[in-house]
Amino acid sequence: MISLAALSVAYAGGRRALDGVDLSIAPGERVALIGPSGAGKTTLLRVMGANLRPTGGQLQLDGLDPWALNARQLQGLRGRVGKMYQAPPIPPRQRVITAVLAGRLGQWPLWRAVASLIYPLDIDGARAALAPFDLAERLFDRCDQLSGGQLQRVALARLFYQQPQLVLADEPVSALDPTLARSVAVALNEDAKRRGATLIASLHAVELALSEFSRVIGLREGRIVFDRPAAQLGVADIEALYAGVPYASAPEAHNPDAPSARPRLTRCA
Amino acid sequence: MSASQHDPAARGRATALVLAVCVLWPLLQIAQFEPAVLFDAGNLATLGGFLGTFLPPATDTFFLGFLASATLDTLAIATIGIALAMLIAVPLALLSTRSLSIGRLDGRLRPVSEAIRVCARGLTLVLRGVPELVWALVFVRIFGLGPAAGVAALAITYGGMLAKVYAEILESSDLSPTRALLAAGSGRLAALGYGLLPVASDELVSYTVYRWECAVRASVVMGFVGAGGLGQLMDQSMKMLNGGEACSILITFLLLVMAADALSAWLRRQVR
Repeated sequence: MISLAALSVAYAGGRRALDGVDLSIAPGERVALIGPSGAGKTTLLRVMGANLRPTGGQLQLDGLDPWALNARQLQGLRGRVGKMYQAPPIPPRQRVITAVLAGRLGQWPLWRAVASLIYPLDIDGARAALAPFDLAERLFDRCDQLSGGQLQRVALARLFYQQPQLVLADEPVSALDPTLARSVAVALNEDAKRRGATLIASLHAVELALSEFSRVIGLREGRIVFDRPAAQLGVADIEALYAGVPYASAPEAHNPDAPSARPRLTRCA
Repeated sequence: MSASQHDPAARGRATALVLAVCVLWPLLQIAQFEPAVLFDAGNLATLGGFLGTFLPPATDTFFLGFLASATLDTLAIATIGIALAMLIAVPLALLSTRSLSIGRLDGRLRPVSEAIRVCARGLTLVLRGVPELVWALVFVRIFGLGPAAGVAALAITYGGMLAKVYAEILESSDLSPTRALLAAGSGRLAALGYGLLPVASDELVSYTVYRWECAVRASVVMGFVGAGGLGQLMDQSMKMLNGGEACSILITFLLLVMAADALSAWLRRQVR
């Protein structure tokens, strides 16, 4: 259960990434977030993942305000939320099995995480998570030997291995070809349905949002434009949401996670 | 339109060039370096005479025995020194790097962790601020003449240097895997092992091996103040004006550096 009331996020310059968002999502719902670039989709997902502190309004995850928790409780809460990104955040030199097992780092004690680096403790679990994606035989290969699509499926296998009750996916299929994009979107939805987990995904592909998800939320300029079951959305709603957006949309809003300019290392004595 | 015909960066580049000359020229005067002196006929003769005493390299078995045991000493000083330095550097680097900060995820300022970082950085600075030669002079008075003083001096100075550069490497690596893990509730050390080290390991390894090579050279210099190894042998040979022995020792240095290079290349291939 997620509820947001009059929630807003303002950046230092005074620009509002989210502006008075009221939203309530019940367990087991599968929600698609759509809207033009810079609408606040990523910000909303980061707020719901307890990774970005809102500057105004109320947020409740599972009936708790994450920012009232102590550090350990907050860490535990984050461990129950699964996340997917457009670019899978997996080190290129890591082996597939390690990348998958990393899904449970939020649940494992440190000794288990360290021991598993020395010898993978749950080979069967990782194999089972990879099996639906035909990647089980790549278990001990390095991730830089995989294609982009395969890597995104490894990220998906990591998510399935984590088995989170809430899945937040930020543009999970935007870098994939249409066939693969659909199969990943379907896999996310099937897994959520099977486990009764909540799924919230931002998408650029509107037709995927309409065909695979049960509820669609349209965001623009930090506000909710519509929030309806997918079946009740018409072409006019979609066109109104994207109306007047220039073809080359403004670049994504300021993202504190983006790698900043890297300092050059001094290597002298 | 006519204004944009010029490269807007040109003025900045020209300024930088003028500035560099303005700084370097006076410094060159202060440093009193005159290349012409190198090629003066009299000086060249002196140099030739000095280098001539280095040939042929000493190869008698008695000296080679000394050389082997001194080389082993030097290798032991450098290797154990670096190993101890790593023991100091790893915790300091982890304390001073911002890459593993959970608080940074949501942009919250945590005064306590920032204070710890500043302290760790300060300690790092103190450790590497005093040259290893000075530490060696201090430790020779504690441990007496021999390799132990060299090891202690290396451990302290190189501990500080490694900590600084480790922390920088960890901060300049691709942080997206680490942040994703921290965002998913992983602890700092688990995120280090699963997110940061796989990205940074080759740089960390190659820098450590390069430091080991520097430690070999440094242990030689410290040998001149009595910290054992090739340096002490070199000191004795030079004092006895035995150029051949000095030459053999120099050849040994060269081989050691080449070995360090090969080791570094091999290790990088392993982690790649």
